[in-house]
Amino acid sequence: MSIETPTAPVPSRTATPAARTEGGAMSRPRGTVATVVVAILALVWLFPLAWALLNSFRDYGYTQANGYLSFGGWTLDNYRQSWEQGRFGLHFKNSVIITVPAVLLTLWLSSMVAFVLARFSYRFNLTLLGIFLAANLLPPQALLIPVFRLFREIPLPLFMSDSGSMLNSFWSLILVNTAFQMGFCTFVLSNYMKTLPHEIYESAMLDGASVWRQYWQLTMPLVRPALAALATLQVTWVYNEFFWATVLLQQGDKFPITSALNNLRGQFFTDTNLVAAGSVVVALPVLVVFFALQKQFVSGLTLGSTKG
Amino acid sequence: MATTTTTKKAAKPSGRRRETSLSTRDRLVVITMVAIPTILVVGLVWLPALGSVYLSFTKWNGFGGLDTIEWVGLQNYKDIATIYPPFWPAIRHNLIWLVFLFVFPTMLGMLLAVVLDREMRGGRFYQTAFYMPVVLSLALIGFIWQLFYSRDQGLLNQVFNSEVDWYGDPSINLWAVLVATAWRHTGYIMLIYLAGLKGVDATLREAASVDGATEVKTFFHVVFPVMRPINMIVLVIVVIESLRAFDLVWVINKGRNGLEIIAALVSQNVIGEATRYGFGSALAVIMMLISSVFITLYLRIVFREERNP
Repeated sequence: MSIETPTAPVPSRTATPAARTEGGAMSRPRGTVATVVVAILALVWLFPLAWALLNSFRDYGYTQANGYLSFGGWTLDNYRQSWEQGRFGLHFKNSVIITVPAVLLTLWLSSMVAFVLARFSYRFNLTLLGIFLAANLLPPQALLIPVFRLFREIPLPLFMSDSGSMLNSFWSLILVNTAFQMGFCTFVLSNYMKTLPHEIYESAMLDGASVWRQYWQLTMPLVRPALAALATLQVTWVYNEFFWATVLLQQGDKFPITSALNNLRGQFFTDTNLVAAGSVVVALPVLVVFFALQKQFVSGLTLGSTKG
Repeated sequence: MATTTTTKKAAKPSGRRRETSLSTRDRLVVITMVAIPTILVVGLVWLPALGSVYLSFTKWNGFGGLDTIEWVGLQNYKDIATIYPPFWPAIRHNLIWLVFLFVFPTMLGMLLAVVLDREMRGGRFYQTAFYMPVVLSLALIGFIWQLFYSRDQGLLNQVFNSEVDWYGDPSINLWAVLVATAWRHTGYIMLIYLAGLKGVDATLREAASVDGATEVKTFFHVVFPVMRPINMIVLVIVVIESLRAFDLVWVINKGRNGLEIIAALVSQNVIGEATRYGFGSALAVIMMLISSVFITLYLRIVFREERNP
């Protein structure tokens, strides 16, 4: 797809600074002012996370006695304590149980729809894309009541869910997340697949490849970059998903980490340093994903917002 | 082989002809590939949406079977507008949310994108700083900002030597929440514009500046026209985001006491103390109606680009 990460050097971009200095469009003092303003803003933007990180290593007693504007009282105890009190081990496991299948299922199902949309030009294509894309934008609260009741009515055997129904089970979250995220993925993937030359399918058909083989062995390997970008994005989104997990799971011990935060509030709000440590722990996985796969993350986001 | 029929006709030039020539097995595969995801999205999104519309005209506490649903017509809507105290504040808060997002973070994100689109020393670092909050959940952001806002231990009160309960005081907590939201929203908007600005033809810009056009003129005549479709997308995103606002408010106080917003009201009526499904559904339908206007707008932009790429 034509969009790369904004940070990647684009050949055409090198022409811009020349235009700036030579054409006098952005004079040197103005350029300096812009840089300084942006630099200050960037520091302001980094400050909340830096502040959380700093205070997560400070002893509560020390900051109580000396105020937060002091320096000292270093400890790792907040991390140990928040991990135990917040039962982060359990909630991280829940997050993985929900996120991994949901992302895989989303990518698989939406790539199939996207393939059909890109490969064939049926009359219902636009309607179909509309059904998926609009679903992605509907406010989830608007569907809450019927979905909630529906899941309560669907029984599940106890080995699948100890609540005996879809409500209060990981299955419900996996399915709901998948249903909601498919729209975005279908849209991005079908746009990406449309950039593949149609001739590859014609020669594949001459070779006698079935539609399924065209999808699985021809198209899917070619769209790997888009799948990687979407996977990165979806992992953070499903990991961050808060609403459905809060309303569909009622047992605190089933909450994924993002909704579990809410459960911890009572215990945590009295001790800001614990809040800081807890926040850092919860932010860490997405920040790691973000820094490791920044390019995928950014291109994934921009693939959907503008036409690729 | 099931594919023999297709291979024979594959060479035909017309696109539509080729599809009708799929073998039965291939046609079944195509149907299955579309049907499974469609059933999921229709079953979990569209049918529930219709269900909400139906339930909004009824009275139901949700415990009894479907036969205990009682048709009440427009009663719920009437009640919402007249005797449900949090409704109008919620509408007002959602509107404030929308206007605030537009005036501050959206404008700032757009400006940052325009500035950072130019070559700048450390530009890459600045971009990362601005969109790092985008990967964090809003629920988590509520917690991180607690470190500033806490009455007894928050940084703000320590610096200003005040005793303000930023999240608790109904006259200011909405603004405190909006500032925290803006922290995340700005980077998101910046990212969208940065991607869009790549479409600006650098040679065009260069030509403009060689011709002696000022920076401002170049922006309005060369850069801004390229951004127009992005502006529409951003408009829709901002409206839908402010309508869906929920996480941050729910972790703070479940949408009470100055933080009433419509998404929280729906949830309160389902998982709160009183389960009023009909009433909650009517609130949900109001949300749906507002968002559907903008979803339609969004689809129109997207499909227009689809047809003429």
